[in-house]
Amino acid sequence: MIDYFVKFWQGLFTILIGMKVTFRHLFVPAVTIQYPSVKPQLPERERNRLYVNMDDCIGCDQCARACPVNCIEIETVKSLPDEDLGKTSNGKKKALWVTKFNIDFAKCCYCQLCVFPCPTECIYMTDVYEFSEFRRENLLYDFVTLLPEERAQKKENYEELQVKKEAEKLAAAKKAAEEKAAAQKEKLETKPIDPSSENKEEKK
Amino acid sequence: MMYDWLYNLTGSSILAMFIVSLLPLFVFILPFALLAVLAERKVSAHMQDRLGPMRVGYHGILQTIADILKLLQKEDLVATATDKTLFNFAPLLVFIGSYAAFAVIPFSGFFIGSDINLGIIFIVGITGLVVAGILMAGWASNNKYSLLGAMRSAAQIISYEIPTLLIILTVIMLTGTLSLYDLSEMQTAYFWNWLILGGPAVGIEKILLIPLMIMGCLIIYTSTLAEVNRTPFDIPEAESELVSGYHTEYSGMKFAMFFLAEYANMFAVSAIVAVIFFGGYQSPFGYLGNTLGLPWLIPIEQFFWFTSKGLFFVFVQMWLRWTLPRFRVDQLMAFCWKYLIPISFVILLLVGLITLI
Repeated sequence: MIDYFVKFWQGLFTILIGMKVTFRHLFVPAVTIQYPSVKPQLPERERNRLYVNMDDCIGCDQCARACPVNCIEIETVKSLPDEDLGKTSNGKKKALWVTKFNIDFAKCCYCQLCVFPCPTECIYMTDVYEFSEFRRENLLYDFVTLLPEERAQKKENYEELQVKKEAEKLAAAKKAAEEKAAAQKEKLETKPIDPSSENKEEKK
Repeated sequence: MMYDWLYNLTGSSILAMFIVSLLPLFVFILPFALLAVLAERKVSAHMQDRLGPMRVGYHGILQTIADILKLLQKEDLVATATDKTLFNFAPLLVFIGSYAAFAVIPFSGFFIGSDINLGIIFIVGITGLVVAGILMAGWASNNKYSLLGAMRSAAQIISYEIPTLLIILTVIMLTGTLSLYDLSEMQTAYFWNWLILGGPAVGIEKILLIPLMIMGCLIIYTSTLAEVNRTPFDIPEAESELVSGYHTEYSGMKFAMFFLAEYANMFAVSAIVAVIFFGGYQSPFGYLGNTLGLPWLIPIEQFFWFTSKGLFFVFVQMWLRWTLPRFRVDQLMAFCWKYLIPISFVILLLVGLITLI
């Protein structure tokens, strides 16, 4: 009989304790973060979308080689000897035009391995994580700052230079061969002393 | 009274009756259901340290309206194996049962739908329609879960009606009236005249009555909570066991009817507790209208007090819902038959003895 009343009282009392707890929580500030309007504080070294600062990129291709999923594609073109590409922020001389620097974020695994080998620290992780797209193609990011015409032009310039160099080389080779031939001729002709050779020397 | 006033205003008894009967629905139940659904979600969220709906309107106040619009647009699905007539009629019956109870609830001294002298018994009787509706819904759905939910609901409501009725009987014995209007009028003036504090009795009788009345109040609150199928007594719609109980198969506006009926019922039982034990529409400490000499202010004040009492008990229902886990079926029955009914019998007996003194 006593047990019956004890049970009854305990039931009532424990309900009141429970109600006290829930009532207190009514005034505890919510832990909800209203996501799109309020953003959570991310850790300092979070890894999200990569960014490439093309002003500093020397086109060394080390990031592309470090990438475990091959999501970075780089193409470079040598600059003309008379072009000055400037220096990177840590004093390295730039010698290459980067005509292609594509990162496919659909492939990227955000491992940050490309960041460490970079000699100029131009590729790094940003805090941008909202870049979802409806089409996978839109995740292919092109970081090159040159216009498409400019890229074509750089390539053309280089090819022209190559052609020119080749021509010069050819010309130089020809000249060298001619000179060689001439020298040999001269050698042959030196035995009988010729006044014409003196004339040649005067012309020079 | 509202009816007489409207009769004088319109000159037509039919029109006046029509307005009086529709008034609780449009002025009270619908806005209350809209607010209560939102309040339920907000209260539950804040009790769990969340925020709840925040997007639609300021702090999500228009969320229920958006939900209602969504429900209105939904397809009215009726499975082929259902008993169509009963299936379509059940939500209506449940709603009628809970809405009819509002006919005798005194919102203020000025507005009672119908001041019949069988008030409380009418409420208890008419809410029996809800059981029928729920059983119909469960049977007509032709679904195991629905039927199980409906059976549990019927068993639960019938069991818990006994302690409710015993406490009501106690109060009837004490006050000698069944009319909710007379009950409210009896507890007038100050809060120590409320029945929870012994009513208008004086001296030793009042002191003896206070603990019994507090116990009675707790019992009637618990058993009416069980009658409206709310947590911790929500085994008829226990979503972790029975999907959604008797309204599993319902969609769109029919589902909304069940929902509306549940919230209307919540207020109805809160109102019963408020009327019986907490003075109904009476203010706890006199009226401002009396002090200022503005008689037209009194009904408005009474309406204010009644709704605040009702809403407070609705809040306690929500509070309990987010505090207590669900009962098991055997626990539910044991709680009713082993604890509530014997104790209410003892209260009935003791109050009977006290009235003899």
